[in-house]
Amino acid sequence: MSKDEIPQQHDLRIVRISTAGSVDDGKSTLIGRLLYDCNAIFDDQLEAIQKSSRATGETRVNLALLTDGLRAEREQKITIDVAYRYFTTPKRRFIIADTPGHAQYTRNMVTGASSADVAILLVDAVHGMTDQSKRHSFIASLLRVQHVVVVANKMDLVEYSENRFAEIVQQFDAYSEKLSFTNLTFIPISALEGDNVASNSDKMPWYQGSSLLDYLNNVHVAGRRNHVDLRFPVQCVIRPNRTFRGFAGEVASGGLRVGEEVMVLPTGLRTKIAAINTPNGSEEQVTAGQSAILELADEIDISRGDMLVRPRNPATLSHRFEAMVCWMNEQPLAVGKRYKLLHTTRQVVAYVEELVYRINVESLHREDVAALGLNEMGRIVVSVAKPVFIDLFEHNRVTGSFILVDADTNLVMAAGMITHTQDTRENASLPEVKAGAVVSGQGLVVWLTGLSGAGKSTLSGLLKEALADMGIATIRVDGDDLREGLSSDLGFSEEDRSENIRRASATAKLLASQGFIVLCSFISPMNAQRALARSTVGDAFMEVHVECTVDEAIERDPKGLYKRALSGEIKQFTGVSAPYELPENPELRLNTGSQTHEESLQLLLGSVLDRLRAINESSPNDKL
Amino acid sequence: MLDGIALEELEAEAIYVIRECAGQFDRTAILFSGGKDSIVIAHLARLAFHPAPIPFPLLHIDTGHNFEEALSFRDDYAKELGVDLHVRFVQDSIDAGKAVEEEGPNRSRNTLQTVTLLDAIKELKLDAAIGGARRDEEKARAKERFFSHRDRFGQWDPKNQRPEVWSIYNGLKKHDENFRVFPLSNWTELDVWQYIKARNLSVPSLYFSHERSVINREGVWLADSPHLITAATDRPEMRRVRFRTVGDVTCTGAVESTASTYEEIIEEIGRSNVTERSTRADDKRSDTAMEDRKKQGYF
Ligand SMILES: Nc1nc2c(ncn2[C@@H]2O[C@H](COP(=O)(O)OP(=O)(O)O)[C@@H](O)[C@H]2O)c(=O)[nH]1
Repeated sequence: MSKDEIPQQHDLRIVRISTAGSVDDGKSTLIGRLLYDCNAIFDDQLEAIQKSSRATGETRVNLALLTDGLRAEREQKITIDVAYRYFTTPKRRFIIADTPGHAQYTRNMVTGASSADVAILLVDAVHGMTDQSKRHSFIASLLRVQHVVVVANKMDLVEYSENRFAEIVQQFDAYSEKLSFTNLTFIPISALEGDNVASNSDKMPWYQGSSLLDYLNNVHVAGRRNHVDLRFPVQCVIRPNRTFRGFAGEVASGGLRVGEEVMVLPTGLRTKIAAINTPNGSEEQVTAGQSAILELADEIDISRGDMLVRPRNPATLSHRFEAMVCWMNEQPLAVGKRYKLLHTTRQVVAYVEELVYRINVESLHREDVAALGLNEMGRIVVSVAKPVFIDLFEHNRVTGSFILVDADTNLVMAAGMITHTQDTRENASLPEVKAGAVVSGQGLVVWLTGLSGAGKSTLSGLLKEALADMGIATIRVDGDDLREGLSSDLGFSEEDRSENIRRASATAKLLASQGFIVLCSFISPMNAQRALARSTVGDAFMEVHVECTVDEAIERDPKGLYKRALSGEIKQFTGVSAPYELPENPELRLNTGSQTHEESLQLLLGSVLDRLRAINESSPNDKL
Repeated sequence: MLDGIALEELEAEAIYVIRECAGQFDRTAILFSGGKDSIVIAHLARLAFHPAPIPFPLLHIDTGHNFEEALSFRDDYAKELGVDLHVRFVQDSIDAGKAVEEEGPNRSRNTLQTVTLLDAIKELKLDAAIGGARRDEEKARAKERFFSHRDRFGQWDPKNQRPEVWSIYNGLKKHDENFRVFPLSNWTELDVWQYIKARNLSVPSLYFSHERSVINREGVWLADSPHLITAATDRPEMRRVRFRTVGDVTCTGAVESTASTYEEIIEEIGRSNVTERSTRADDKRSDTAMEDRKKQGYF
């Protein structure tokens, strides 16, 4: 890029990347190469490594020296600690956590992955997938890094072989089958030669995908935050005089508005937000990731470590929960030993009640063991002396995560991700405590209408995943499913079709009223049918027209139905031999002919969340 | 208003870290030199607790080799904030025989600051000192944590750092250990200037282009000042320069520049091919100079 563009960088979003690879896979070289190709290396830095390269008798400039910072590493020629690097492209700003590959430093990979949007996993193309690579994939999946890209490095040493690359992809796929990756990508590169790093290489014409930098520039990052469930851990109380009393913190998830009712955990007391002070002055609302000092309508007792939530959608007040942990210290986990648990702004005494199992990272088998050692991962049951306010990690990264600290040495022993909340006893005193899977009281019915083949199911699938990433539970209802069960008694007469729509929308309404997002894919070609659905559901209804031309649909013809309709085998087929009335006032139109699925998904996700917030904000105070 | 997502994210992160100091430590101080990074830190601290005053005093470790202007800026700013300013002098450590002045024209008091700082931490019974260091400055700093633990001798052990997972900062420690805290860890030099501009903060005029008598030593322009021990080869000359950092006069280099507004500085840094540390004569001594100083307890 040209340097002239750098001054724009403050407009760019920050994308956080973690990297992992075994020793000598070429990670330092790759990072050095990325920085070098993005002009993020300054002349004096380059000069310093040129000097060092010459001193160690290397013939070309060793880009790896850029990142191998510390003397101890220099001496041992290995990277031993997490280091952070910064670079900018015209499109984005990046922070790379450079994390070392040794088994004994796995904890550093956990550290890097904990804040990452994208994890780069390096494999040496000569060696293929190793036990280390398995460990790295497992950690990336455990920490739910949104995007994982497997980079097969040193392709120059395997003659840029397409077959070799395919083998590596296969090795990974075989292993990661049992893991939960949302997005997994593979790129063949040579960090040393720069092939497929900053630009596509002509040495691998068989590879059609993007270069690593292209990928990083364009990968969709939804952000690390949950935008639905309000969680505001109080950091400190601001009390300069008798008149001002504010509660400072960062909105961990969800959002807050002046006038909104909130509940305080652990007391369960309720009050309203009287004012929101931010670094920009006083504001009407704040959302996840923003810093705020809140003033409340009533004087109630709140201190550091308490949490503000919505009364209808609180975190679980828990004394006992289950978690996956990565053990980070030489001192092994001891069942029954006293630890300190740090969770949001809260610090409590904790005991590990039980070690349920250890995960064998290579085979992914559960193993019965008595202790968990450094860099091992396993499932534990934790009990705490004072309650913590938790969500499952899969729903909320902030309230779902914690660290265990040794009570004597104060060293960090483990990073934990909450998988189950176990107690309900304490919750009895609190109204309707949920795990956070469903949104607050009111969910939403998203009604996707459009021609067969327009992309309704594809989009509803993508939306389901995107919402799941944010911890929001969805249910999909589509025409075919319904016809097989609930509506198996119905035919295709005008009357029966309407009845089918009525049953679908009544079911959807019921589910939405319990906090689910219901994704209904129905061709529903007639205005009358859609109006019926809308009136059955009521407020929490959102009509989305998934649009494409008949020609495009015929071209795609995913199920071969158009072919059969055109030949007359299927009668009364919408778009061919039956009309599709264009929706007059849908909440959203998505043109799948002109937009990519990614673009459509963004629009869809955005308006679903907006709508969800709007209906929850406008609904009258809950009737618990 | 900040006009960028990245700046907002960095600001929120820094404020969170500063508030964690208030939440987790008994006695925190902000290391304040009157330089741009410490100005940004002080401003963030103000935002973090507004309308309450900043609950920490400022602490300056004075090498005695200062730019006069940075000192008066320091004093005025402390007054404006309404917080205590503690100044501790390297000269006192030298006089007490705890630190030994280096010899020769390229001597620097940067290393000696460590002694004075560690003494000040003990004397003021600090358990945390907030600094403005950024990870983009230097290789050793790239590995720093937000909460950086120091043993009872004030030392940093890069091989044995506490993992920092998610945004959970572990400030637990034993009596007589302490922490250095770096809220600006993820900021770059450019971010600092963008932020100074966006929040309209004032900084010493040393950062802007001005005429000055300077001496070129090994490619670094040093201010011609009484603190500098002259060498036979020194040839003072007038140049239009500005400083990218304002520390010890004897080792803080200037760059030739005509930048006289925030916009021009931002523009200049965007185009720059060298890091701001390249203007520090003390980092040029060896490739691991900074790391060696940090292990001893340097900022
Ligand atoms: N042939 C070849 N060698 C590479 C490539 N990438 C890295 N290397 C070499 O592999 C060795 C280890 O690289 P380094 O980046 O230090 O690995 P790290 O331990 O993962 O950081 C060095 O000798 C590099 O020059 C590559 O793409 N092709």
